[in-house]
Amino acid sequence: MADTQTVTATAATAAATAAERDRAVRPQIDNPILRIEDLSLWYGEKKALNEISLEIPEKQITAFIGPSGCGKSTLLRCINRLNDLIDGVRIEGDIRFEDGSIFDPRLDINALRKRIGMVFQKSNPFPKSIYENVAYGCRIQGINKKRDLDEIVEKSLKSAALWDEVKDRLDESALGMSGGQQQRLCIARAIAVEPEVILLDEPCSALDPIATARIEELMQDLKTQYTQVIVTHNMQQASRVSDLTAFLYLGKLIEYGPTEKIFINPMKKQTEDYITGRFG
Amino acid sequence: MSVASHSLSGALAGRASRTGTLFGRSPGRTEAMGKALTWLCGGALAFNLLLVIAILTLLAVNGLSYFWQRDLVELDLKDGRKVLGEIWEVEQAAKVKATATQGPEAAIDRIRMKIGNRDVSGLDFVWLDAKDVAARSRPAGVVMLERLEWGNFYGTMAELRRGGRVLASGPEAVWKAFGPLHEQKLRELAKIHDLEKGGIGDVNYEIERLRLAEKKLDLQKLPAAERSRRKAVLDAGLAERQAAYDKLASRLTALRERFSAETLVMRTADGQTKEMAVGTVLQALRPNAMGTLSKLRVYVGRVGELVSQDPRESNTEGGIFPAIFGTVMMVFLMSFAVAPLGVLAALYLREYARQGFLVRLVRIAVNNLAGVPSIVFGMFGLGFFVYLLGGSIDRLFFPESLPAPTFGTGGILWAALTLALLTVPVVIVAAEEGLAAVPRIVREGSLALGATKFETIRRVVVPAAAPGILTGMILAMARAAGEVAPLMIVGMVKLAPALPLDGKPPFLHLERKFMHLGFHIYDVGFQSPNVEATTPLVFATALLLIVVVTLMNLVAISLRNHLRRKYAGSAV
Ligand SMILES: Nc1ncnc2c1ncn2[C@@H]1O[C@H](COP(=O)(O)OP(=O)(O)O)[C@@H](O)[C@H]1O
Ligand SMILES: [Mg+2]
Repeated sequence: MADTQTVTATAATAAATAAERDRAVRPQIDNPILRIEDLSLWYGEKKALNEISLEIPEKQITAFIGPSGCGKSTLLRCINRLNDLIDGVRIEGDIRFEDGSIFDPRLDINALRKRIGMVFQKSNPFPKSIYENVAYGCRIQGINKKRDLDEIVEKSLKSAALWDEVKDRLDESALGMSGGQQQRLCIARAIAVEPEVILLDEPCSALDPIATARIEELMQDLKTQYTQVIVTHNMQQASRVSDLTAFLYLGKLIEYGPTEKIFINPMKKQTEDYITGRFG
Repeated sequence: MSVASHSLSGALAGRASRTGTLFGRSPGRTEAMGKALTWLCGGALAFNLLLVIAILTLLAVNGLSYFWQRDLVELDLKDGRKVLGEIWEVEQAAKVKATATQGPEAAIDRIRMKIGNRDVSGLDFVWLDAKDVAARSRPAGVVMLERLEWGNFYGTMAELRRGGRVLASGPEAVWKAFGPLHEQKLRELAKIHDLEKGGIGDVNYEIERLRLAEKKLDLQKLPAAERSRRKAVLDAGLAERQAAYDKLASRLTALRERFSAETLVMRTADGQTKEMAVGTVLQALRPNAMGTLSKLRVYVGRVGELVSQDPRESNTEGGIFPAIFGTVMMVFLMSFAVAPLGVLAALYLREYARQGFLVRLVRIAVNNLAGVPSIVFGMFGLGFFVYLLGGSIDRLFFPESLPAPTFGTGGILWAALTLALLTVPVVIVAAEEGLAAVPRIVREGSLALGATKFETIRRVVVPAAAPGILTGMILAMARAAGEVAPLMIVGMVKLAPALPLDGKPPFLHLERKFMHLGFHIYDVGFQSPNVEATTPLVFATALLLIVVVTLMNLVAISLRNHLRRKYAGSAV
């Protein structure tokens, strides 16, 4: 199935006229780590993504904004192929990660997911101890030595700015933590396997302002090491944290560019309307 | 609480329709109905609780009083007879009829008395009319004997003899001499038991083993030289064991002789005498001379005997330890079988199978399986496990003991497997619910870290569903422990010669038949030759069955709660 996808993708690319391509405003990206090319996705009969093309730069924060239901999460979940699990999903187009297609049938999907981590909208710690939550990804990869794991757990929790709060109760259940702590634990869990890209799907939507601020701060700290893609429908958040912003509407990419430009001087009317709060 | 929420919602509804009437409003009709419903529900619950408490009290009162040593009462009857025994109940019988024939005062009290001495009088119990009793007394010197055979004896001690010689005579002298002598006899009895069950049992076991090995040799196709060499080895072993057996047997005979050397002569209330070996007396008491404390000690001792000893006298006396052991072990084996069976099936249905018409059909079938009468499972167990599986196992692995079956007859393994089939729907349903309750987002969290579906299920989904699975196990165990009917045809027996777990290799004897508390209740209560005497024992056994089931459930529940606490943090 993935084979035909790539074929149709190239065919589509060739057939696409310059006029069509210019429908979305896109910037020139120098060092893309991910290249989304004419990506369309159907849930059964319903088309949720419509020929989206954009490039995501390395070690920067890219934000997807747009009204709810416009396909932000769907797009994000394509990047680590989490949509594969949903019955009736059909994908056309391609996503290139380090010059290979992530839809390549020879690709080891679990290895891909190790390199592209994800933090979900609702914090989803495993029903295990704090320690085991962070160590989970490593154990999956076969790292089971206590000394190595101790080191990784400590490093990850420190990176997620959680270490000082939990270092005395690593053996307690992760479900006993506060919402903000749980979400930071999920970030720690994601970075414990040292991915290159971290996908964050509305990571702060269930958090209070203080916890939100801590996560945003954390994202800035992580920028030196990781490429981050964040979905949010909170425009202030997008303007605060991201370097680039993509505006999606009804499954289409409307405008993509440096965050200041999108927020201060958008090229498209729809973008402006959304940003100024006229709809969405 | 529900009253409060009712009136609150009523108040809110009121505010919505007529603003400004939040206070001072008379209660509406729905509110009154709500209150009535609350009372109805509460009443139904209270009624249920009351029934449960009534059952437990009935069992406790009847069962626990059985072990209490009552005073011995001597009744002088108007016709000159004397009766000695324990008064079990006094019943106001035939009151109406009595007034019709004998005037208004003559309510007839009837006394049920346990007189024991079954070997003398033939009956354990008598009914007496209270009006026939001239006098009653509680003589201090009367003795109650618990015996290995023939039940209790009530009377006075007359003589103690060794061979033909009289050692002591007269109630007091015999009582004094009896104590130390009896202790010695009990030690000898223990020695005899050891020899029978230990030494001789072991040698017998060995002889049987060698005999079977010899038979197996005959079945094998071996060169003649090799065969005769092996046969010689076996024969030598057999001869050696046989010699050992003879030695032990003669020792046993000597022990037995010494054991029954001393006899005790007892006199019943109406003057008959009875001679019995001192060793056959298990316990001698003078209940009327005992204080509460020593009676309490006897009580505790009897309860201890019940739970730790083998039964005697075709289950009507002695303990019920093998039945407790059999029940617990069978339930454990059942759990070991049903847990993987149920969980794997649930995993397939919930995690791997494509949700569709077929899976729905399977689910309905599983649910209905739980409603199949248990005896049907018993028949299936007999046909499939015992005859088919067991028969094949016998032909393949135990041809030497054929035609006597090893696994081809009922046994604890087949019983456990039959019950596992019976209870597997419960486990499947509970496990499926537990699995379904694990949120999709948690699974995706695991997949997003690079785990495969199998790893996700093994490391995240199953642990998270473990409390739900254990709930299913608890229900299954409770059901299995109470199930009797199907077991009657797949290996449960009235009296098992040996426990399914003992010190002889291979230690766990899955092919053996076993005893069960549920069947024991039925057997003792309705099949025993002496139903009257054993009725309290039935209550005590029923109480014990409930205690055993409760204990097993408590273990499982505490395990579940431990898991919940471990995984759920402060949430629970
Ligand atoms: N599993 C699914 N099955 C069918 N439709 C879906 C599924 N997930 C999302 N959709 C639909 O796809 C569209 C985009 O959804 P989503 O990506 O979740 O939007 P957003 O994250 O921007 O709010 C919505 O219209 C939604 O109803
Ligand atoms: Mg979303």
